[in-house]
Amino acid sequence: MKIGNFSTGAKVAAVAAAMLVSGTVAQAQDVQLTGSGASFPFPLYSAWFKDFGQKTGIQVNYQSKGSGAGIEDFINGVVDFAASDAAMDDEEIAKVEGGVVLLPMTAGEVVLAFNLDGVSDLKLPRDVYPKIFLGEVTKWNDPAIAAANDGVDLPDEDITVVVRSDSSGTSFNFTNHLAAISSDFESTVGAGKTVPWPKASNFIAAPGNQGITATIKQTPGAIGYIEYGYAQQTKTPYAMLENQAGNYVAAGADAGKAALASAEFDDMNRAFITDPKGEQAYPIATFTWLLLYKQGQDADTVAALKKMVDYGLTTGQDMADKLGYIPLPESVVELDRKSVAEIK
Amino acid sequence: MADKTKNAEPKVGSVSRPPTAFEYGYDKSFRILTLAAGVLTVLLLVYIFWKLGALAAPAMREYGLGFLTTVEWNPNKNEYGILAEIWGTLYSSFLALLFGGVLGISVAIFLTQGFLNARLAWVFRLIVEMLAAIPSVVYGLWGIYVLIPAIRPMANWLHETLPFIPFFSTKLAGPGMFPAMIVLSIMILPTVAAISQDAFKAIPMKIQEAAYGMGTTKWEAIRKVIIPTASGGIFASLVLGFGRALGETMALAMLIGNAQQVSLSLFSPATTLASLLASTFPEAGANQIGPLMYAAVVLLVITMAVNFIGTIIMNYTSRQTVT
Repeated sequence: MKIGNFSTGAKVAAVAAAMLVSGTVAQAQDVQLTGSGASFPFPLYSAWFKDFGQKTGIQVNYQSKGSGAGIEDFINGVVDFAASDAAMDDEEIAKVEGGVVLLPMTAGEVVLAFNLDGVSDLKLPRDVYPKIFLGEVTKWNDPAIAAANDGVDLPDEDITVVVRSDSSGTSFNFTNHLAAISSDFESTVGAGKTVPWPKASNFIAAPGNQGITATIKQTPGAIGYIEYGYAQQTKTPYAMLENQAGNYVAAGADAGKAALASAEFDDMNRAFITDPKGEQAYPIATFTWLLLYKQGQDADTVAALKKMVDYGLTTGQDMADKLGYIPLPESVVELDRKSVAEIK
Repeated sequence: MADKTKNAEPKVGSVSRPPTAFEYGYDKSFRILTLAAGVLTVLLLVYIFWKLGALAAPAMREYGLGFLTTVEWNPNKNEYGILAEIWGTLYSSFLALLFGGVLGISVAIFLTQGFLNARLAWVFRLIVEMLAAIPSVVYGLWGIYVLIPAIRPMANWLHETLPFIPFFSTKLAGPGMFPAMIVLSIMILPTVAAISQDAFKAIPMKIQEAAYGMGTTKWEAIRKVIIPTASGGIFASLVLGFGRALGETMALAMLIGNAQQVSLSLFSPATTLASLLASTFPEAGANQIGPLMYAAVVLLVITMAVNFIGTIIMNYTSRQTVT
């Protein structure tokens, strides 16, 4: 009883203090949102939430723990929302009693960054880059690579393949793509957040997108997969990849949009584009999702969450391009708006 | 006589008087406090073991001893084995011990056998001990940005000229066993140097003087008398250094390359138990938790055993040198 009184007292005092500081009583918001999950969209989300907090006074605390941990937190009910690069599978959705709403919020591309002295433009054919990640193509001047790169002086150097040592959504999307275009890759390595890469001495694993980027930059002859934004920010060169239509395409907003155009969503707003069609589509693109509870939260929290999603779908999309993400196509924004309305 | 008895009675302001009830209580509660701290430490260790064991038990039943002898980490098919991690942990620590140990003991001899004046030796000792204060992640960064580019030409020259020697059978691309080993040697250097210095200092002066008295040179005295006398302490320092190397995580996760393979080559990437735990845990799904806990138990058992042996040797030998 005493403790209860004390904490109410403390709250009143804190609110009073907050009002004193902000000076405006009507504007005082004490809604705080907590979320956790994917690290892939973290650079974008942190920019969103900072700006959103300044504009609305709603504090959003987002912990970039990884998609798996985010889903776990969401199921355990310790967060207000979560984020995941792999959405949620049916089994996971079934564990949340009141139901979930999955919202694709932005999309990203995975690029193959490399470090090769004197080479800045590199084209990698569709049948060659899975072989590099299978450990079958091991030299930069391999005839298969040379054939696609006329006029580029490819050195007689070993290829060092850099992969992720931690479980990651980036690995999930990249290996899903490789498994879709190469049956060898599907049967020997497979697709997932952690996969058994070939046990060869030219394979190195590093933690996180930053870890791979740093290792590539420090290792002559290295190639690795990272999120497009990281390559852009660190000015690491990345390869043009041959898409399903047979064109060599570099990652970027337009090529990404073209890839997303072929996405077909299921009734839970999920779509994995493992091998996009389209003449100018970049081959490795993925959505990333916000996970929200369909019901059971108090009105203030729901209102704040809706505001946050609305911000992400409007102002947030303008920021995406600058930070190396792909703005959502209009049709997907519409889909999200419809789904958000279902939240009670 | 009467005067004398008067004098024997405690004067006002004298220091010696029977302790008050408060002081008795104070003393007792202090003893209880220290006892509690001691018991708590032991309980904590037991609790960690018990908790880890409980979490690992399902995986232990499921994967059995085959877990320790296979090389695989595939959460998609639920196939796990940590032979490569055990190998990498022991191999990297052993190599580090070889280099760091020789270096550490040499430093200890240099600092204790009168090669330097006392003041300089003190400064020197302080500097060596400061190596222990450098955070692991800084060692990792130094390894990536300074060490690897510096040793790469030498390593690849060795590989090209002597490819038939198993230690040089692969190229050093970047991260790998060799840079990890060098950083690890530097990290265990303070442990080895400090403890073997104590061992050298514990040797009574008369033993050295006796050696000189028999006409040995300084080098002969060190080699034939000092080192054998201090050998127990030196050995203990090596075992404790080994224990430190086994558990090292961050620097190794950054430098060893995290590749699941068993290779004798110094230049190929490898992995360790600690680095597996650090890199896999944050995003591990429910199916991976069990095997990871099992791996943690294995690491705990290895490090505990090594430290236990080291402590026993040290206690045994320090008792011997005193008598």
